[in-house]
Amino acid sequence: MASPTHQTDQRPSPAAGSPLAIELRKINKRFGPVHANKDIDLAVKRGSVHGIVGENGAGKSTLMSILYGFYHADSGEVLVGGQPVTINNSSDALALGIGMVHQHFMLVDNFTVIENVILGAEDSALLDPSIDKARRELQRLADEYGLAVPADAVIEDLSVGQQQRVEILKALYRGADILILDEPTGVLTPAEADHLFKVLETLRDEGKTIILITHKLREIMAITDTVSVMRQGEMVATLETTQTSPEQLAELMVGRRVLLRVEKGPAKPGEVLLEIENLVVADDLGTERVKGVSLSVRAGEILGIAGVAGNGQSELLEAVAGMRAVRSGAIRLNGEDVTAQDEDSAADLRRKGLAHVPEDRLRMGLVTNFYEWENAILGYHGEARYGKGVMLNVDAARAEARRQIEKFDIRPADTDLKTANFSGGNQQKIVLAREMERDPDVLIVGQPTRGVDIGAIEFIHGQIVKMRDAGKAILLVSVELDEIRALSDRIVVLFDGRIVGEADPETADEGELGLLMAGVNQKEAGR
Amino acid sequence: MEDIISILVTTVRVSTPLILACLAGLYSERSGIVDIGLEGKLIASAFGAAVVAAVTGSAWAGLLAGIGVSLVFSAVHGLASINFKGNQIISGVALNFLAAGLSTFLGAAWFGRGGNTPPVSGDARFYGIQLPFAAELRDVPIVGPIYSGLISGHAIMTYIAFLAVPVTAWVLWRTRFGLRLRAVGENPKALDTAGMSVSWLRYKALIITSVLVGIGGAYLSIAQAASFTPNMAAGRGYIALAALIFAKWKPVPAMFACLLFGFLEAMQYRLQGVDLPVIGPVPTQAMQALPYILTILLLAGFVGRAIPPKASGLPYVKER
Repeated sequence: MASPTHQTDQRPSPAAGSPLAIELRKINKRFGPVHANKDIDLAVKRGSVHGIVGENGAGKSTLMSILYGFYHADSGEVLVGGQPVTINNSSDALALGIGMVHQHFMLVDNFTVIENVILGAEDSALLDPSIDKARRELQRLADEYGLAVPADAVIEDLSVGQQQRVEILKALYRGADILILDEPTGVLTPAEADHLFKVLETLRDEGKTIILITHKLREIMAITDTVSVMRQGEMVATLETTQTSPEQLAELMVGRRVLLRVEKGPAKPGEVLLEIENLVVADDLGTERVKGVSLSVRAGEILGIAGVAGNGQSELLEAVAGMRAVRSGAIRLNGEDVTAQDEDSAADLRRKGLAHVPEDRLRMGLVTNFYEWENAILGYHGEARYGKGVMLNVDAARAEARRQIEKFDIRPADTDLKTANFSGGNQQKIVLAREMERDPDVLIVGQPTRGVDIGAIEFIHGQIVKMRDAGKAILLVSVELDEIRALSDRIVVLFDGRIVGEADPETADEGELGLLMAGVNQKEAGR
Repeated sequence: MEDIISILVTTVRVSTPLILACLAGLYSERSGIVDIGLEGKLIASAFGAAVVAAVTGSAWAGLLAGIGVSLVFSAVHGLASINFKGNQIISGVALNFLAAGLSTFLGAAWFGRGGNTPPVSGDARFYGIQLPFAAELRDVPIVGPIYSGLISGHAIMTYIAFLAVPVTAWVLWRTRFGLRLRAVGENPKALDTAGMSVSWLRYKALIITSVLVGIGGAYLSIAQAASFTPNMAAGRGYIALAALIFAKWKPVPAMFACLLFGFLEAMQYRLQGVDLPVIGPVPTQAMQALPYILTILLLAGFVGRAIPPKASGLPYVKER
């Protein structure tokens, strides 16, 4: 039962003796005018963990999609196990023993684990034999690699970490020898990420080959044997992980020196500008998501809220921004009670000096079909300087947009370009520029750098610290623990709608925060 | 007893096209394709079946023609919503208009009876089938009326409809095709990344949909009635969709939902003009409105949260 599927025979056998699991030679791929992959060479050793880093749009995903059969390379050669192959679709890739764990899981949420595992790899027209076989096989994989998942549990009842394990199991069940993981830790708690890395190490020790795509340099340093860096469609370097450093990798990725640490002096907290007391907020389905949160943010400080996504951060942010009705509790801005009881108080709050950079820029921060200048004044378009009555003073709006573009280095510097055509980092800068240029007293920021490149992250972090130094109160929510630690002057950890701990970013260690984020309280953690 | 049996017999008869259309919708929506065009397909296949049966004199040829017409309509719907990623509601509504208009127009042009087709009889029509021992058991108490009166004596389509319910349940939950069908309506990407064709799977579902709704249409015009009359489906396609939501896209509850609607319709025939205590004679119109009022009530409040297949109504576009 070493190889569980019938596809085994088609695969070049390891005995064929190439030390390389995968070799790419001079791969080229263009999308219209965009040269996404330029003469890419890549050699991945059998039984190694090979990291691929690069900014958004560097061509990592395109390259992996070519390997997984989603795209066809314009030119170039793909060798698997030393043999040239043609991969036309995902089934070809699977037949060659290449499995992929996508960033957004490809699972059917209302199916059980076992149904997801066999989907597309059923042995016969009737399900029962396949299910029985999969059950035995899952048990074996669980024993061998520490990948235990309840076989009959429904996916939507599982934690994100367990769902990811199902994705890995799917690939292994199909007999994958080569596993591609695309940004696998983005949604995991630190503890889950550690567990994933242990699993990956076990897999490597068993002779599997792992390709890890990530933008987290710490992970590259921790788990990979070899790392390749891509920049603007080119493979700029392949290095032994032990021979490199995060600073060197960052420089290779961006093409210039990058500051990985946020430079900031000590905070000079002033009076309390934002105060939240016993706040209870429910989501759209009526489930309580924030269960009695109290906190206060002072002028000149950044309060960071750490936590795994889905523990009430979104509802908390929306309630404070006036976008979501509050069940009970109070929110005070500059001492004035501004607790939202209905959903149209957001505009009111903005007039009172609260700016909001929403978590999801595409859904809440921007209208991507609008021109850049329209988004640059969105939400403030009723102000007198943009026109009287029903008329909009387009020139004034464009002038403001140009000012923001210059100040925030938004590229391309074109006020009349559709916002959808800007990169993620530049879209985020458009939102930040709009909210920060309003000179608010209180700024609440959700996921300021989600999907943003290292270079832009550096800039955005700098701007947030600048706001703090100008005496603003900043409430920061991020699922990136590193970001919370780098920016915050104080950290609170949110778990299941409650604040379960507070920490000083200077002294807090990651393990402790990780346990808090996973819902283990400090007393238990101490044991 | 006889009254009850007679109402139940009517219930079964009027439920037959509902069940067929409802199961047809189930396959389609489970695969991720909303089929508001069920109504149009019922009309078109009823028309097709009536015309061919009248012309050839063969009920079976009529049935095949009904299925064929429904397949053509589904092919158009599939082309619009699978290949061209169009809006499925618009495509379905367009087919409804087309079916209603075209059937009346062609009927009038060909037969000149105000859109009606010539009545069929003999071999050109489906009659009730006497099940084995129906005659012998007729006088046995309880069993007799139920078996000989209620269960026996329906057209073949009725048996197909009721048989299709457990078969559908079995297909959905116990077969590879069912697993993939349920998956493609929930998360087509999961299938695509596992190396399967989303489009082909959706076409397969549409073929089953067409066959079922085609049988339902033929039942209307050459089994239940003896000819096609304009707008013969009378909203049954929509009621079937309502029943599907009511049943939360599950086959056995779908059958019961359809039987409930059928029962109301049967009661309506029964209660027309009957003097009820206190109320007095029941206005015909009030009774006729009953199934529709029930639809609104059920969908507005009594169903609870009916969560459709997540990807239903969404064309599948690969991210490239």
